[in-house]
Amino acid sequence: MKYSIFSLARAALSGHKNWQRTWRDATPKDRYDVVIIGGGGHGLATAWFLASEYGIKNVAVLEKGWIGSGNAGRNTTIIRSNYGLPGNTGFYELSMKLWERMEQDLNYNAMVSQRGVINLYHSDAQRDAYARRGNTMRINGIDAELLDLAAVKKMIPFLNFDNARFPVQGGLLQRRGGTARHDAVVWGYAHAASALGVDIIQNCEVTGFVRDANGKVTGVETSRGKIGAGKVGMAVAGSSSRVAAMAGLRLPIESHVLQAFVSEAIKPLIPGVMTFGAGHFYVSQSDKGGLVFGGDIDGYNSYAQRGNMPVMEDVCEGGMALMPMIGRVRLLRQWGGIMDMSMDGSPIIDRTPVDGLYLNAGWCYGGFKATPGSGFVFAHLLARDTPHKEAARFRLDRFRTGAMIDEKGQGAQPNLH
Amino acid sequence: MRIVCPFCGERELGEFTYLGDAKPVRPEAGASEDEVFDYVYLRDNVAGQTSEYWYHGGGCRAWLKLTRNTLTHEISSVEPAAGVGARQAVK
Repeated sequence: MKYSIFSLARAALSGHKNWQRTWRDATPKDRYDVVIIGGGGHGLATAWFLASEYGIKNVAVLEKGWIGSGNAGRNTTIIRSNYGLPGNTGFYELSMKLWERMEQDLNYNAMVSQRGVINLYHSDAQRDAYARRGNTMRINGIDAELLDLAAVKKMIPFLNFDNARFPVQGGLLQRRGGTARHDAVVWGYAHAASALGVDIIQNCEVTGFVRDANGKVTGVETSRGKIGAGKVGMAVAGSSSRVAAMAGLRLPIESHVLQAFVSEAIKPLIPGVMTFGAGHFYVSQSDKGGLVFGGDIDGYNSYAQRGNMPVMEDVCEGGMALMPMIGRVRLLRQWGGIMDMSMDGSPIIDRTPVDGLYLNAGWCYGGFKATPGSGFVFAHLLARDTPHKEAARFRLDRFRTGAMIDEKGQGAQPNLH
Repeated sequence: MRIVCPFCGERELGEFTYLGDAKPVRPEAGASEDEVFDYVYLRDNVAGQTSEYWYHGGGCRAWLKLTRNTLTHEISSVEPAAGVGARQAVK
């Protein structure tokens, strides 16, 4: 199925009754060259890049539930590449560039909307830190603009600029940042990967690894039987520790719950993505009109996919401090997702000590924006057995060697990243 | 989630701060690099019953040891952590 203006016109003229399934719901074969565990954005992107860039088409993506039912469908859909540390800066820009060509690559409308991400600053020290980050971005060829108060007032005039405790002084703007439709990203990768022969297998939970006499992983045990594999890649952020434990591995990761929120729909208000710099609050407005926002993780280990009231209160306080007029907007929905919080706040894309098993994990709460980049570099690692140069620092052993990538400088306390 | 503090009674979650898994024990001075690495960085990250430290900063400021289920958030026991660390340190 190829989508175009003509396919849309044909479908419209026939009353939209002839649309076909966009991807095949496959049944498992006995063996694949590569088996990817996890049918979220990262797993499906990995499969697509394996098939399209690296010529490995005998690939299966195994998903315990339905594709996109985990964090891929629970995030706040923000895309950006405004990172400051070596390792992160180049990787997230690689991902940003892939977002920019995703819809043409996949022949699927993912509603990628580059309407800007602005991080507001509220003190001289924060301005200096943002100026430094902006400079780092520009040195690396990424767009960044440091806006003063007058420029922010022109762009978003409705903020509470005179907040006595946290006056807005300006912001760091990345115009190429924005949002994308998260479900469409999952479906788009499924659509394109399936067309190249990738098997997407739903309701297929991995229950163990098949190992040979040398300990090499040669397949997986699943709720739908044994599946042989040349290589197995894990892309199950949120549950990485649980799946790795089946191979006898302990990871530098804790699972924490992050909540997200949507308000009732209002008329167009917020031009792009905004973040409040004096607390933790980020917001954008969906095409349906709802304000989509979030803040900190709850702070305690959880696999429950739901959070608690103190963080809801804290997030709403952040919103009110920035835009007091939203106090009369009602909250429509709220939910939680499970984050792979790593010990330095950065991801892990590496081989594991177990031969044949590859790890894509530790995305903390920044996994959505990384989706295409993560798929690309993980496919590279699986195909070539060497890390992609933009992901070479995301090593599993960096916690042992001391080569941490700690963007916030919080140390080995995952709930603070 | 509400936590029944053994000193203050049932209080809302916002009064408490989470430290983490109570299982890792700080290695003694002179421990090997592997032991220190394991203590600082590796976690069991259990899905189910865990034992963990919380701090009642908004109340009695005592350290508490909770048994909690990470799949359901159900708390099955809360006890004062006082002395637990000290006893482990002299082991």
